[in-house]
Amino acid sequence: MKIAVASGKGGTGKTTLSVNLATALAYEQSVGLLDCDVEEPNCHLYLKPRFDSTEPVSTLVPVVDQDACTGCSLCARACEFHALLALPGPPLLLPELCHACGVCAYVCPEEAMSESEREIGMVGSGMVGGVYFRWGRLNIGEARSTPVIQSVKDLRTAPPLDTVIIDAPPGVACPAVEALRDADFAVLVTEPTPFGLHDLVLAVQTARQMSIPCGVVINRVGIGDERVDDYCAAENVPVLLRIPDDRRIAEACSRGEIFAAGDASFASTLRAFASDLRTRTQERITT
Amino acid sequence: MKIAITAAGPDLSSAVDQRFGRGRHLLVVDLPERTVQTIDNQAGRNAAQGAGIQAAQSVIDSGATVLISGHCGPKAFRALKAGGIEVYLTSGGRVDEVLNQFEEGTLDLAPAADVDGHW
Repeated sequence: MKIAVASGKGGTGKTTLSVNLATALAYEQSVGLLDCDVEEPNCHLYLKPRFDSTEPVSTLVPVVDQDACTGCSLCARACEFHALLALPGPPLLLPELCHACGVCAYVCPEEAMSESEREIGMVGSGMVGGVYFRWGRLNIGEARSTPVIQSVKDLRTAPPLDTVIIDAPPGVACPAVEALRDADFAVLVTEPTPFGLHDLVLAVQTARQMSIPCGVVINRVGIGDERVDDYCAAENVPVLLRIPDDRRIAEACSRGEIFAAGDASFASTLRAFASDLRTRTQERITT
Repeated sequence: MKIAITAAGPDLSSAVDQRFGRGRHLLVVDLPERTVQTIDNQAGRNAAQGAGIQAAQSVIDSGATVLISGHCGPKAFRALKAGGIEVYLTSGGRVDEVLNQFEEGTLDLAPAADVDGHW
């Protein structure tokens, strides 16, 4: 079962839920936690891993053969992402804008364009606290995080896992979509405020457009109003879990601790929540 | 010589647009005659990314050797420099007045980008 923990709004508690859920489940099954928020990874602040390995993540960028290039500028005109600038001579490459689509090499009549690897970030993985943990980090100044997210989601070197929890980046743009892709279920974390609701609506629309079933976790219940509940009822989106605005959870968070590790009641609530998710994903497979 | 200048409107009486990549119009002005060719920068305004690069491409393609704008980010500056374009910055005003300042030599030549990307 692959669960993506996402939200439209930042700071609603995606990471808090992800690390607590992984920790609670690790007592009874093999669980993987993938921190796909590669622009601002933070699961490691709670898990405190010492990594078995870190590897570079690379993407392809074009290389111009300066002698073969005739300066025809077809490549630069074809580039959808403005990563090549047409000049009187060979084009200028702006590597951070390149999406590695390869169209420049495809259109070059002189075959003057080849592709080489360029490092844009790292990925690390290992076992920590009974959880298989994998995370990535995009290098500062890079514009495109999706290759690093794909690398974090690459489980070819992972042990067999009963449950995979994907901590997605906030928002509903390319990085969030990449993190959600192939998930069996999207858990959308929100807070009961107008801001939370506004961005929840976008997140629900995104999950629906990707044909991923979704449900809502309302975090910090008690700080706002009923509008998130009203929306979920009207849109037939299940509210799966309500986490109270509990100072003890906030204090554990701010100390970099995992609340579920020391609170059997919360851990048990999260295990029941995971069973509910499993039932929902299995129902979907059988129907 | 040809000067490219970002403008909020299509003619010399318009205000200089402080934005380069996402500016409204690009005026290509022949000096000293002051004949104007107006380029609508709609593509740059709507670009998901690389607006500055696209605008720099328009400047290079126009045959201008100088750009005057309000601000210029690092990628646009790199692109303009590669295209052999000199960048002058202005704090604002009407296009014709800023062109007067350029001709009088009172505009500052930018040695580097003056803002971060996506400012």
